[in-house]
Amino acid sequence: MAFWDYANPTRFLRLVQIVLPWLVGLCVITFAVGLYMSFQAPEDYQQGQTIRIMYIHVPAAWLCMMCYTVMSLSSIGTLVWKHPLADVSAKSAAPIGAAFTFMALLTGSLWGKPMWGTYWVWDARLTSVLVLLIMYLGLMTLWRTMDDPIKAGKAAAVLTLVGALNLPIIKFSVDWWNTLHQPASVVRLDGPTIHPDQLWPLLVMAIAFTLLFLVLHLMAMRNEILRRRVRALRMRAASASHPGTAAATAQPAE
Amino acid sequence: MSGWAMALFKRDLRLSVRIGGSALVGVLFFLAVVTVIPFGVGPDLNLLARIGPAILWIGALLATLLGLDRLFQADREDGTLDLMMMSGRPLELVVLVKCLAHWIATGLPLVVAAPLLGVFLNLDPVSMGAVTATLLVGTPALTLIGAIGASLTVSLRRGGLLLAVLVIPLAIPVLIFGVSSADAAIHDPVPFLTPFLILCALTLIAAVVGPVASAAALRFSSD
Amino acid sequence: MRSGFLKLVAENLTIDRGGRRVFQDLSFAVERGEALVVTGANGIGKSSLLRTLAGLVPLAAGTLRLDGGLPDLLPQEQAHYFGHQDAVKPALSVSENLQFWQSFAAPCEPDGFDGGRYTPGEALETLGIGHTAHLPAAYLSAGQRRRLSLSRLLITPRPIWLMDEPTSALDKASEQQLLGLMNTHLDNGGVVVTATHTDLALNQIRTLHLQAGDPGKLLQEEAMS
Repeated sequence: MAFWDYANPTRFLRLVQIVLPWLVGLCVITFAVGLYMSFQAPEDYQQGQTIRIMYIHVPAAWLCMMCYTVMSLSSIGTLVWKHPLADVSAKSAAPIGAAFTFMALLTGSLWGKPMWGTYWVWDARLTSVLVLLIMYLGLMTLWRTMDDPIKAGKAAAVLTLVGALNLPIIKFSVDWWNTLHQPASVVRLDGPTIHPDQLWPLLVMAIAFTLLFLVLHLMAMRNEILRRRVRALRMRAASASHPGTAAATAQPAE
Repeated sequence: MSGWAMALFKRDLRLSVRIGGSALVGVLFFLAVVTVIPFGVGPDLNLLARIGPAILWIGALLATLLGLDRLFQADREDGTLDLMMMSGRPLELVVLVKCLAHWIATGLPLVVAAPLLGVFLNLDPVSMGAVTATLLVGTPALTLIGAIGASLTVSLRRGGLLLAVLVIPLAIPVLIFGVSSADAAIHDPVPFLTPFLILCALTLIAAVVGPVASAAALRFSSD
Repeated sequence: MRSGFLKLVAENLTIDRGGRRVFQDLSFAVERGEALVVTGANGIGKSSLLRTLAGLVPLAAGTLRLDGGLPDLLPQEQAHYFGHQDAVKPALSVSENLQFWQSFAAPCEPDGFDGGRYTPGEALETLGIGHTAHLPAAYLSAGQRRRLSLSRLLITPRPIWLMDEPTSALDKASEQQLLGLMNTHLDNGGVVVTATHTDLALNQIRTLHLQAGDPGKLLQEEAMS
């Protein structure tokens, strides 16, 4: 069966049903291994135990970018190919992306407190991620305020793509802005290159987070499809005489 | 400008002059924002002179966003937008012309008012000129980016707040380079021209992305 | 393509609005000089059909084309839409309203169609609101606004007129005048598609009656005899 056949929501739901238990199992195992490795990894000579926050923080930060990429690709799918699942995929990825972004910001500021002596600095990276969070939340609001899921999906797709064009510009300008106003107290995070003993747990955790994203995304897509079916059924119930065929009768020209 | 574009431009300008004096309201709002800031940060003239360009820019951003929700809504409510889509004219250009007229009616008055408000903020002539120049170049970008938000929220009854939430993240680069080129003119950490030219580039990018995205959103919203 | 052969062809139109299927597999064709009168109960999709022909509602399936029209233009760019909304700006004067549409909407005169070419002043005189030309449109009554909106159709020649309940807010005399204009448009080689509840005395009428089908089974029926 070709990949495109899964465009059909029913086939997609069947696929999810088969794949999901395996993915969940794999995700749990990877997390178990990753967390174990994270706690076994050596302390940092400079940052001590707080280095372990990195094993959550860095994968979350990667995922919040990947999630936006998934949404942008889905938006292209919505606008160009009018793929029935694309807009479901974009819509269900947004809250997950927002959650990962929030997690990256939260762990970042918890990490920042012992490192910088403050929960928040207007560092270029933190600021860009904060802007990303606002964009996620704005997109979610846009979806919520429109009744018609098809229209909402198209509007959100336009905004997602404009955002995708803008994100590099925002990143660039925030970097510029930050070098202008470089605060004195910031410790550079990307100091020495990372030790292999710390790299391996990080990679495993990154895989675990990616699996978590896949699991959550598939579940959210399934829920969204079911939600739309409920909506369609209710609509059909509300207008029992519809969907009407236009039974068109022709009369000869007078 | 070809005939139809000129007709649209004139019509939009006439409408914005005749209805409610939107230019005046925008400038009044700008004045109000600039007036409340000293109450928040204190009347220290040195501090105000230092953050003056930023205050003017934020005021201009908010005043621009305030007027944008009616950019397409008025035309949608009376059916004009439907006819515009059937007019056989490229919708992207229609959006561009409407943005231009809207900017002249609401953005340009802000630029003109900026030097006057600069007096309240203890700006010296050089910084006043710099802020006015950056606003002149940068506010069209705000209108063009805002047009995307306006067309996305065109069918929503109370879209104004949502429009601001959607547009502000996209407008951050304009704000950064607007303020930093004004700052550069005053206490030169970098030459004035570098951020100023980037600001010009952002306006040009917005002149392409804004109308294209906005026209797409308008097409999807018709139903 | 033969010149003077104008034909609006819809094949297997299917429309979804708000996630609801409005109609499915609707096919019909209207030739030059013919009026297609769309009838049916309220909410059956008459307005949706007209808005679809106007290109304002996307097609879920099917095709729409204008044979014998200008090949560079979409069907809706060769059509006038006269709907419930007047598209009249109260802040502009009557003649400013009209002059804007004259410059803004692209005219379209394919072979075999004679658009008449009224000037704005003539159009307003024809419709009996010439004396209001210099007044702001805010002072017009509902019927006068309706006629101002109608004069849009006269100043920009386009072969297809899509008219949704054209006689609403018009008195008997104005209605007769409207029918006269529609008949002239048909005689000039144009096409009229109109949704209406009342009988209209037009020259060449084809009727398209929309009716609700069984939700489960969707009927397919050719509209053309």
